[in-house]
Amino acid sequence: MTASEIVHLTARQLRSLFEEGRLSAEEIVSAYLERIRAYDRHVGAFLLVDEEGALQQARTLDERKARGEPLGPLAAVPVAIKDVLCTQGMRTTCASRILHNFVPPYDATVIRKLREADAVLIGKTNMDEFAMGSSTENSGFQITRNPWDLDRAPGGSSGGSAAAVAACFSPMALGSDTGGSIRQPAALCGVVGLKPTYGRVSRYGLVAFASSLDQVGPFAWDVPDTALLLQVIAGHDPMDSTSVEIEVPDYLATLDQPVGGLRIGVVREWLADGVDEQVAKAVEQAIDVYRALGAKIQDITLPHSKYGIPAYYIVAPAEASSNLARYDGVHYGYRAADYDDMVDMYCRTRAEGFGAEVKRRVMLGTYALSAGYYEAYYLKALKVRRVIREDFDRAFEQVDIVLGPTSPTPAFRLGERIDDPISMYLSDVYTVTANLAGIAGISIPCGFTADGLPVGLQLLAPPFEEERLLRAARMYERETNWHTRRPDLERVVAQFEAKQSASAG
Amino acid sequence: MSTTTDVAPYTVVIGLEVHVQLLTQSKLFCACRNRFGDPPNTNVCPVCLGMPGVLPVMNRQAFELALRAAVALNCKIARFTKWDRKNYYYPDLPKNYQISQYDLPFSSDGYLEIPVEGGTKRVGIIRVHLEEDAGKLLHGEGGKRSQVDLNRAGTPLLEIVTRPDMNSPAEARTFLEELRLLLRYLEVSDCNMQEGSLRCDANINLHVHHNGEIIATPIVEVKNMNSFRAVERAMAYEMERQYEEWKRTGARLGEVPKETRGWDENRNITVSQRRKEEASDYRYFPEPDLVPVTVTEEELERVRESIGELPAQRRLRFISGYALPEYDARVIVEQGKKFADYFERVARGLEHAKNASNWMLQDVLRTLNERGWTIEEFPIAAEKLCDLIRRVERREVNTHAAREVFAEMLEGGGDPGEIIERKGLAMVSDEDALRQVVAAVLDKNPKVIEDFKKKKGKKRAQVAGFVRGLVMRETRGKADASLVEKLVNEMIVERAGVGFDS
Ligand SMILES: [Zn+2]
Repeated sequence: MTASEIVHLTARQLRSLFEEGRLSAEEIVSAYLERIRAYDRHVGAFLLVDEEGALQQARTLDERKARGEPLGPLAAVPVAIKDVLCTQGMRTTCASRILHNFVPPYDATVIRKLREADAVLIGKTNMDEFAMGSSTENSGFQITRNPWDLDRAPGGSSGGSAAAVAACFSPMALGSDTGGSIRQPAALCGVVGLKPTYGRVSRYGLVAFASSLDQVGPFAWDVPDTALLLQVIAGHDPMDSTSVEIEVPDYLATLDQPVGGLRIGVVREWLADGVDEQVAKAVEQAIDVYRALGAKIQDITLPHSKYGIPAYYIVAPAEASSNLARYDGVHYGYRAADYDDMVDMYCRTRAEGFGAEVKRRVMLGTYALSAGYYEAYYLKALKVRRVIREDFDRAFEQVDIVLGPTSPTPAFRLGERIDDPISMYLSDVYTVTANLAGIAGISIPCGFTADGLPVGLQLLAPPFEEERLLRAARMYERETNWHTRRPDLERVVAQFEAKQSASAG
Repeated sequence: MSTTTDVAPYTVVIGLEVHVQLLTQSKLFCACRNRFGDPPNTNVCPVCLGMPGVLPVMNRQAFELALRAAVALNCKIARFTKWDRKNYYYPDLPKNYQISQYDLPFSSDGYLEIPVEGGTKRVGIIRVHLEEDAGKLLHGEGGKRSQVDLNRAGTPLLEIVTRPDMNSPAEARTFLEELRLLLRYLEVSDCNMQEGSLRCDANINLHVHHNGEIIATPIVEVKNMNSFRAVERAMAYEMERQYEEWKRTGARLGEVPKETRGWDENRNITVSQRRKEEASDYRYFPEPDLVPVTVTEEELERVRESIGELPAQRRLRFISGYALPEYDARVIVEQGKKFADYFERVARGLEHAKNASNWMLQDVLRTLNERGWTIEEFPIAAEKLCDLIRRVERREVNTHAAREVFAEMLEGGGDPGEIIERKGLAMVSDEDALRQVVAAVLDKNPKVIEDFKKKKGKKRAQVAGFVRGLVMRETRGKADASLVEKLVNEMIVERAGVGFDS
């Protein structure tokens, strides 16, 4: 099997070919590393590729297999890790200069679970600094390009993970979703991305952006791989008091069983003003697919979802302003070279170490929590969260799944929104409500624009109903083949380079 | 100015804010050891170092200890309590926020009764809450470089805020002593102010009585007090300073920003540290990494049962149940639970508990102080000491000889009966034999009778005392002292031909 064939396989295929002895772990990992070497200089998905570590892990797996030892559910499957998850002994920067040299002394719980499942940690992916952004352009180190069109952003903040899967640098990846940071880049990169219910996956070792909203989740090419990765990382963790002690069902066992009498609620206001026509069309066609499958389609309304973005931009920055206070140059990370005294060291370290968007949000959050403003902003935003959750509770009394577009537009051009924070913030207009309400959501590919850019379909389910969400998504996926399309990187790169040289000449 | 001389010109008003470290095995939000004196930064982990990505998990033992304290302080216990972040930057605070409790403390509205002259006084407790402690900064030579020790970071701290109910420096001190006694009884904290396991700040002002009006002066917060004595002295100093200042400026409460002053132990004065133009903005908000804590009725019942008798109740029981004088009861209880337990084991086997109290407060306490022992290290079992004192009560051995037995038990252990037997210390109470000893002493010292005749009143009693000493020496201290006294008095009077009073 050629390297190119290997990197186009699903994780399940890789796992069984390895199990059957038809592919060694080293062959698998080498194929991906070769692909990364060839194309990541154009895509920029990775901040760190752990070639040596990944190969070492692969060889150990081959030895263990040779000895007949039992192997985990992700044996020999490469997984790319968003650089917001702590990996023991492997630099973890959150794409921030302030953590440019930070090597965690411990593994995040999800990383430990990946290791226990015998996954191969192939590298750390680029992101918006501290997960603040929707295009990955806020990275302190590099930009990531969308593998479908290198002029365009991969979305964010988990843009590196989404691009890594889309570019076939890794069959799976982990991201984090605070306001849409898994689902939106998944949509823009044409892959599957799932945000679990708040409390479903441990946050221990996930560098906090907004603690009450953050959740770790999987990226993959299709729904079964997504279910497989969720299965490995889900579950209560004694190290995370906010992770919930609810049994994790066997997602793969029921995945191909259609949801009987599926009732789908279409959020009408998400298909009206502000949404790109081609996106709306693709979503309408997806609705037709469900209708054809016998699902009962009805319109629903989430009257308070329009307050989602304002509420989110109070709660998330407020928590962030406190969570990011620890980056002060005292104990680890970047410290300014010159300073007069302690306060000056704090100021210079943070002024030099953080990027503009992080500073903007820290200031926003500090303001929102200040005496005299707390009630008007923070407490008010908490009330909005509650009514948004009530909107969903009411909707889920009538329907099993809520459906809409993931993002109002397909992938936008790099640089297009970076100087206009509000337009960037509105990229998450359909995704933030799920975080504010703490429910589960998934984005799956549902078509392409005329320019060949992927469109994402968002499905939402009540808390801890990931099983229902995955089964409903799988029903659609079985009827369509969007998830089997891969960008032709060779052609995309050639086109991009031709355009570059044309504009340079 | 018209201050009357017979009425104090002002009332002092003092409220305290006390922090005590809890005696838990591990820290409040991680599994690190809660222990002091280890090399710097050895009891630390990613959680208490505030590493990126870590999360706190509440230590239930700490919460239960805190509950014990709050229940014993008669507080209302909230059925639902949450954690809040208090945001401020300091190098000993790795996360640059402290996990504390803001608007929903786990307990509030309690009181502690303290002994005052002629009875007790209730000092109100506004709130008791739990929070994490910070690390320690170690300042190097020259003051340029500092180092941080985070062994203490994240250890559990109980904050107790009183109402401004104390009206003298002595009351403030008594409150602290009573609080320490209580928390030690509960095994909640060892409350050692020198070692920092109890820290105390005070808020103090005056209510000046002036022309029939009561004028409140500005409240001053006093810090840096490192002993109970320092608290008392700082309050006494501050009280007079504030009165002088009031006489000079006439400033009333609310007219000037709140001032913080530090107690200077060497100069015995308070020194102004800063004036707060406005309260610091700590940007409190609910800690999103922890879930709220609920307390069930069953749990509360368990805590109430586990508390048992508190020091104030025990003092009363010692007075009424054992007929001890108030002083004895107070001193025994003050020595701690184990000491009072020991006392009770001795007292229960005796005719008069007061005898046990005498031995405990003199011989036992002296030994403990001399040797730096706790009562748990004291080598004589309570049952053995009881046996010895019972023999004194039954006049089998006199007090003098019993002390010799006590000394021997202290060094080599053993049984009182056996030691008395072996050393021949049994009391001599044979009247005829003692009469012969007295006669022999008087024969040998004829000058005694002459002296007795020459002297008057009290001096005659001294002569008799001298003779008693000689008799005791002759009997190697074993004679029945009251019998000796009776015989000596009789025989001196007989030989001298005059009585004690003539
Ligand atoms: Zn620790």
